[in-house]
Amino acid sequence: MELVCPAGNLPSLKAAVDNGADAVYIGFKDETNARHFAGLNFNNKQIEQGLDYARTRGTKVYVAINTYPQPDTFAKWETAVDQAAEYGVDALIVADIGVMDYASEKWPELRLHLSVQGSATSHEAVRFYAEQFGVQRAVAPRVLSVRQVASLVDHSPIPIEVFGFGSLCVMVEGRCYLSSYVTGKGPNTFGACSPASFVRWSETDSKLETRLNGVLIDSVNKDENVGYPTICKGRFRVNGKTSYAIEEPTSLNTLPILPDLLRIGVAAIKIEGRQRSPAYVANVTRVLRAAIDSCLSDPDNFLPDHAWLSELTSLSEGVQTTLGAYQREWQ
Amino acid sequence: MSAASTSTRVGLSLGPVQYHWSKEKMLAFYRTIESSPVDIVYLGETVCSKRRSFRHQDWIEVAERLQAAGKEVVLSTLALLEADSELGYVRKLCNNGKFTIEANDMSAVNMLAGKTNFIGGASLNIYNPRTLNKLVGLGMIRWVMPVELSKSVLAGFQKEMPAGIESEVLGWGRLPLAYSARCYTARAHEVSKDDCANCCVEYPDGLMLSTREEESFLVINGIQTQSARVHSLVYELNDPATGPDIIRISPQSENTERVISLFDQVRGGKLGATETSHELKQYAPVGLCDGYWHGAAGMAACGGAGGP
Repeated sequence: MELVCPAGNLPSLKAAVDNGADAVYIGFKDETNARHFAGLNFNNKQIEQGLDYARTRGTKVYVAINTYPQPDTFAKWETAVDQAAEYGVDALIVADIGVMDYASEKWPELRLHLSVQGSATSHEAVRFYAEQFGVQRAVAPRVLSVRQVASLVDHSPIPIEVFGFGSLCVMVEGRCYLSSYVTGKGPNTFGACSPASFVRWSETDSKLETRLNGVLIDSVNKDENVGYPTICKGRFRVNGKTSYAIEEPTSLNTLPILPDLLRIGVAAIKIEGRQRSPAYVANVTRVLRAAIDSCLSDPDNFLPDHAWLSELTSLSEGVQTTLGAYQREWQ
Repeated sequence: MSAASTSTRVGLSLGPVQYHWSKEKMLAFYRTIESSPVDIVYLGETVCSKRRSFRHQDWIEVAERLQAAGKEVVLSTLALLEADSELGYVRKLCNNGKFTIEANDMSAVNMLAGKTNFIGGASLNIYNPRTLNKLVGLGMIRWVMPVELSKSVLAGFQKEMPAGIESEVLGWGRLPLAYSARCYTARAHEVSKDDCANCCVEYPDGLMLSTREEESFLVINGIQTQSARVHSLVYELNDPATGPDIIRISPQSENTERVISLFDQVRGGKLGATETSHELKQYAPVGLCDGYWHGAAGMAACGGAGGP
């Protein structure tokens, strides 16, 4: 079971490699990837340095080109594919059918992974990408229960990667327009959810408010913490009650079900968080590495270590974690 | 009929009912559609497989009646598949042998590719001509543009669209914005999806979600999240040369027939789009929007003749 870790910059890449990542995934400095944030991602020189650092230590490097080009911008995604291919990266993580069509035609030897943004939730959908474009691995959206992941792994023609830890998209990835509805910019087209330029934090006498392009996402007392205004983690009114109507600020954590994921044959575990700091990447990678190694050596008696769990919880959104859709009760 | 066969007349379609309606309501609704001026009717449950008030045989009977009434009938598949049983039902639809399928996820596309012509639904990610052409090569004959794309993106597609391929755009209705494993209607009732008791049937137009300052913001519809505002492109019917081949109306629990009639009258030149605006606004109680069509935030009301 491969451990795939995020790197938003060179120090994070080194942190992931040094702490036991089997593979790191990175993106270019533009909207061709789904973590298109200011100050993040890799220019050409940094990619060369990162590849060199990872390769000499036996770690693979994947490049995410996992957003959706439009008629006028397709050439930019072609350039991204060409650059990654010319660097000889270990795989591209892709979502768009047109981009896959281009990559598989121009670079037939280049390994392709289907991004979670490709939104393939069944073995039939995965089969489409495997048969049409020779995709060799698919990342499953965070909408399946453990049993459904097991069935997907059983019937899929290619290995399946799942999310193991990090911020939790509660909507099926690749088909969520909440951010673009409010701001005009969303994951598919712009590579970011709730872009910072639309976020406003404001104080009244007693409250701290967060708004996204003017829409009130949450309002808390000044002594409380308020999260980043992602729409799905806001507090709203439904049927006269105010609550986290969609999801609470929380992070996905699969340590408690690691033996199940191993047993059902998941090929790789991915950590979310290219937007996070090198220290975060180092700590999460180290904990997941230790947990996977412990699980691999004795899956029947695996129990997540207390120190691991408290470390991951302290690094989580809202300082709490969930199994998300893996657990049916969450749904 | 095929909309493309009459080149200056925009086709009008009726999208699948997004909400959970009782069997009686669903039957009564489609009886009124038999005599309405829509050309194409999309049928089926596209949101949640746990909604079983309308069974497969009920859909087929409605489909046959609408076809006998002269409508082009299309069966629409579920947008988000999770369970093997859902995959089995999509396979059954794809093998129905009589009605065209609107594929709403790539599982359905894979079942149909290279075998049967199909329509690509709005929840397939077709964002560029290379993607469109790949799917056309596999049998796609019409595509519904993702709702977050603009008129200028459609124009970019039209430059490279293969002959005979029709474009369709949502022209009236709440925007489908997201799908999830979690049911938010059940969550509002403080139960999990497995214990939902089909509580969404209580909300024939979904359940309003407002901000803490009482701005109507989103609508919860089971595992789907919609815009609270109604997306309206009635003004596109004034300009058939540059717009989509087909404009889709999404059913709502009241006044859908009247919306269809207004759209048809604008299409036929009997009414200007601006003249319908006052009445259409009454059918969108929290307001209209059309931002996506203008390349802006979806919730924005950018306007156009008779628009929001």
